[in-house]
Amino acid sequence: MELESAKLFAMAFAAAIGVIGPGIGLGILVGKSVEAIGRNPDAYGKIFSTMIVGAALTEALGIIALVAAFLIRFL
Amino acid sequence: MVVNRSLHGVVVNIGFLLWICYGVAIMEEGFHVSIKAEELTQWMGVPITNSLLMSWVVVFLLIFLAFLIKRNTKLVPGKFQIVIETLIGGVQKFVAESLESEVLATRFTPFFISLFLFILIGNWLEFIPGVESIVFHTAEGETVSLLRAINTDLNIPLALAIIAFITIEVTGITVLGFWGYAGKFFNFHSPVNLFVGLLELLSETIRLISFSFRLFGNIFAGSVLVGIITFLAPYAIPAPFMLFEVFVGLIQAAVFALLTLFFIKLAIMKTGH
Repeated sequence: MELESAKLFAMAFAAAIGVIGPGIGLGILVGKSVEAIGRNPDAYGKIFSTMIVGAALTEALGIIALVAAFLIRFL
Repeated sequence: MVVNRSLHGVVVNIGFLLWICYGVAIMEEGFHVSIKAEELTQWMGVPITNSLLMSWVVVFLLIFLAFLIKRNTKLVPGKFQIVIETLIGGVQKFVAESLESEVLATRFTPFFISLFLFILIGNWLEFIPGVESIVFHTAEGETVSLLRAINTDLNIPLALAIIAFITIEVTGITVLGFWGYAGKFFNFHSPVNLFVGLLELLSETIRLISFSFRLFGNIFAGSVLVGIITFLAPYAIPAPFMLFEVFVGLIQAAVFALLTLFFIKLAIMKTGH
């Protein structure tokens, strides 16, 4: 396999596999938060801000995989 | 009616075809992504990149806004001043609740607000027409865009991450004392505690990477996404994506400031793991 096509495959795999975990994590996180808001609607503000921070932390892993993919392809 | 409708359909279809042709024509020109900031010129051996220029624009914009607000400040506040004061007061109250200290809150609120505003303005200026579309011809004969959104260059998120990192560590040391703070990481009571402490030390340094890559990755991926969508469908379709990127820019700015706050809170806790 040539280097260029190997790089394309590597980028696609890095991006595709890297987002599986964070995808599952975000699903669980948002689902649980919605459950919590359903149980206690008064705590909406607190749960929402905590959820956003948690989502950013979880999403960072996927984003790091994406950055790695970009680095493979464009550097 | 029927004729009218079919005519309308024909016009729409022709428009759609032209649209696709335009998109294909642009795609054949090639889609250019540069992960590094382009160098515009050099000043005494220091490369001046387009993202550096953009960060100066952001800084001058913030200073200008600060002067504008400061000049119009009165003892009896007007409507605008009340809004600004309420916002800053709200942030200070939140910081005081999180850090459980009024002194630290007064000390850190300007820092958090500056971090937030710098990142926010930097992210949002990307969508001002002219940014990335006005080009500049360098001395080497390359054509590069004159301005580039600051957070699509890894150097600037990294600089912000280093600022946040040093602030967190220095705050931990000044509040707990040097030995108190070092005791968090080097705990010789049991082998398990020692291992946990060393892991803490590792995660402390990993923060530099996660801070900078989170911001860079989100904003850079956003700009690549908007670019690709613009090439696939040049009209109207990119608008909702841009709106989403405006939202992401706000969230990332808030998250950067909030995480700095939470890590400072962790750093000044006495018996934290």
